[in-house]
Amino acid sequence: MYVAVKGGEQAITNAHRLLAEDRRGDPAVPELTLAQITGQLTLAVDRVMTEGSCYDPGLAALAIKQARGDLLEAIFLLRAYRTTLPRFGVSRPIDTGAMTLRRRISATFKDVPGGQILGPTFDYTHRLLDFDLAEPGRDATDGAVEPTLDAAIGGPVPRVIDLLDRDGLIETEDPDAEAQPVADVTREPLAFPAGRDARLQNLARGDEGFLLALGYSTQRGYGRNHPFAGEIRQGEVAVELVPEELGFAITIAEITVTECQMVNQFKGSAAAPPQFTRGYGLAFGHAERKAMAMALVDRALRCRELAETPASPAQDEEFVLYHSDNVEASGFVQHLKLPHHVDFQSELVLLRTLRAEAGA
Amino acid sequence: MSAYNFAFLDEQTKRMIRRAILKAVAIPGYQVPFGSREMPLSYGWGTGGVQVTASVIGPDDVLKVIDQGADDTTNAVSIRQFFVRTTGVRTTTQTDEASLIQTRHRIPETPLAADQIVVFQVPIPEPLRWLEPRETETRTMHALEEYGAMWVRLYEDITRHGHVETAYDYPVVVNGRYLMRPSPIPKFDNPKLDRCPALLLFGAGREKRIYAVPPHTTVRSLDFEDHPFTVEAWDRPCALCGASGVFLDEIIVDDKGGRMFVCSDTDYCARRRQACDAETP
Amino acid sequence: MSDDVERPLLRVRGLTRWYGPQVGCLDVGFDLWPGEVLGVVGESGSGKTTVLGCLSGRVVPTAGTVEFTTREGLGVDVLRLSEAERRRLARTDWGVVHQNPRDGLRMGVTAGANVGERLMALGARHYGAIREAALDWLGQVEIDTGRIDDLPETFSGGMQQRLQIARNLVTRPRLVFMDEPTGGLDVSVQARLLDLLRTLVAYLGLSAIVVTHDLAVTRLLAHRLLVMRRGQVVESGLTDQVLDDPQHPYTQLLVSSVLQP
Repeated sequence: MYVAVKGGEQAITNAHRLLAEDRRGDPAVPELTLAQITGQLTLAVDRVMTEGSCYDPGLAALAIKQARGDLLEAIFLLRAYRTTLPRFGVSRPIDTGAMTLRRRISATFKDVPGGQILGPTFDYTHRLLDFDLAEPGRDATDGAVEPTLDAAIGGPVPRVIDLLDRDGLIETEDPDAEAQPVADVTREPLAFPAGRDARLQNLARGDEGFLLALGYSTQRGYGRNHPFAGEIRQGEVAVELVPEELGFAITIAEITVTECQMVNQFKGSAAAPPQFTRGYGLAFGHAERKAMAMALVDRALRCRELAETPASPAQDEEFVLYHSDNVEASGFVQHLKLPHHVDFQSELVLLRTLRAEAGA
Repeated sequence: MSAYNFAFLDEQTKRMIRRAILKAVAIPGYQVPFGSREMPLSYGWGTGGVQVTASVIGPDDVLKVIDQGADDTTNAVSIRQFFVRTTGVRTTTQTDEASLIQTRHRIPETPLAADQIVVFQVPIPEPLRWLEPRETETRTMHALEEYGAMWVRLYEDITRHGHVETAYDYPVVVNGRYLMRPSPIPKFDNPKLDRCPALLLFGAGREKRIYAVPPHTTVRSLDFEDHPFTVEAWDRPCALCGASGVFLDEIIVDDKGGRMFVCSDTDYCARRRQACDAETP
Repeated sequence: MSDDVERPLLRVRGLTRWYGPQVGCLDVGFDLWPGEVLGVVGESGSGKTTVLGCLSGRVVPTAGTVEFTTREGLGVDVLRLSEAERRRLARTDWGVVHQNPRDGLRMGVTAGANVGERLMALGARHYGAIREAALDWLGQVEIDTGRIDDLPETFSGGMQQRLQIARNLVTRPRLVFMDEPTGGLDVSVQARLLDLLRTLVAYLGLSAIVVTHDLAVTRLLAHRLLVMRRGQVVESGLTDQVLDDPQHPYTQLLVSSVLQP
């Protein structure tokens, strides 16, 4: 005699216990600490902060630990937590021009004021697995190496793009031109056509893999925009807030960001002589690949305002912005695991009817 | 969960969602964009429904949560637990006891009443999405009541199969104006939407849309005069309670393909059996 | 109100469109009467396509007025209509026949659906009746009615064009815009299509504006003619008059360069 299956609640409780056990792993092995994650898996933490839209290495590390290393799951955890945080203000825009540089390169000129600072990069490593790292205690470091700035420049290092701008060779971006409120994609739904502010926000928290693929496609002919890496900077910037009671700015935090400014295909019109165009990317922590991919896609999506005919996926605003969010994508793809037997039953009934009518 | 506000969402967010709900009720069937928040559940697993429920639920509400018509499928359990933890409200499996019902893919068999609210979980709110992927274009089509493309699709179905090919999430016209998707309920449930005395709310979290069918609003499933809308039927009653004229789940009971059909609405089925047992001496 | 006062169906004045420093069309004006076919001829770059674009609403003109007389006899400023009103007009009282039939058809749905769509958009709800109307129109444009359930993909170029015409005419529009309606078709197919168009225009009392570079097409279809060059109208008049006795040197050049049969 068939009895309707019950016990969904108990099943879920047991599943959670199993998960907790698997997460901890072998109890004889020391438990991961958050300090180990923030200290030695920094780049994972940076990605989770960037796509989680929340700068807090400790929280990101906790999310990574809880998610057993699944970064998309960690991003989801951080985003869900972010939703509950109260907002007490909006900071001033960060000034990447005043960044304390750890890394700074430009592919457009051999030498630039401030110099080319390699910083801690994988770029010139030979990708050979280093078995010295397999044993604790064998990871050789001889203490911190301080980057030295060009002694001739006192103070902030000028942006390469600004040098081109001064000569009128690149389009000027004037943020105060329209005094419109800045969009917030975490508060309002995206509306199309989307403004550049909403697009950049969407891309900043968009999935790195997706943006990487799209950026790559533009380089392979799906909407070429002739990019050059004008400047890539990594380092610390101050986050400033102007509290109402004080009326002046105070620094409430210092964060690490990576910024990429691409110099792209020049464009002219009947009204104005040609200039280089721009693509912009920004990410928390050390996230160069993300910032670069973002800059390529940003430029591709500017096709409308630059009077270019959108012809490739990277130039398709709705396609890119609707599918860049990996939390949404993961949820919807995986929702297919949920019971669908009622809808399936409807389909079966219809199919059986059609087949019966066709004499099958 | 005491660190979180009642029903998880902060009051500002609830207010924002309620404003969207009011707009939706004022324009039956129209999809109102809203600032959907990240929830502790995955997108695609009911975040829209959860946000709507969280915005309307109060401490005196009695909550029922179902998925595929059943109270104890895993996702229904998970969502019900979420609300118990964040609100402490009383929950029930009995449809007529509930003031608030969140559902995925079914409308209860027990007729709804005037003081009830049903919240539907919606994956894809846009009925024209499969005909036109662009949001900019579908928005215009709704604004100008340009639904020709949808009718073309129905015409094609009838030309090819003699029937409309859609079995669930069957498109409807609400209040004689807006084309709407009723969420993936089987078309069997569509007639229950028409002039329903309860308030019907639809939440799509990932797609960030809310829409509504106010009480006693006409809801008409699309059809042709000479190919009228029909619902599913089975050739036998529920094997457990004997009910007919209700939606049945097909259960495969052995590896020879033996099957039985039972009520999808577990509450309805259980109560019929209870009543039957009470009668038998 | 209107039956006494004879109004042109379409009155165009000063139609101008600039593309930056380039002129698309400049100061184009004419009246179009019910039942009349106007040809707009010129080489590529003459501005004829721009004029069509401005009239059909695809392009926004820089200056000028376009007044259309509705079925109720009211004059309507087309350029000032709301998007909704313009689209409604385009679906009922106007037709547009594109040079490439793929631009004017739904290639992925059957011929019957293509013809029936406008009817369904206007509220037709009887499948059988819609199908009857589709069969009727397929017959009128000389497409084998047995192909009502076939996809346009499987039709020849000439058939696709005729299907496009049927799709437009099903709501009995009073004004049809045609852009090189026979472009890309074989000579014999062209001839057959032109014949059909001529018959339909007369039978339905349609007005049409036919843009083409092909003088033979205008000779067969148009009552009157506008000759365009570099965005401006250089000559206009009755078709036979203009083609047999061209006054403007450019028109003379055009006419003389057509191969005589």
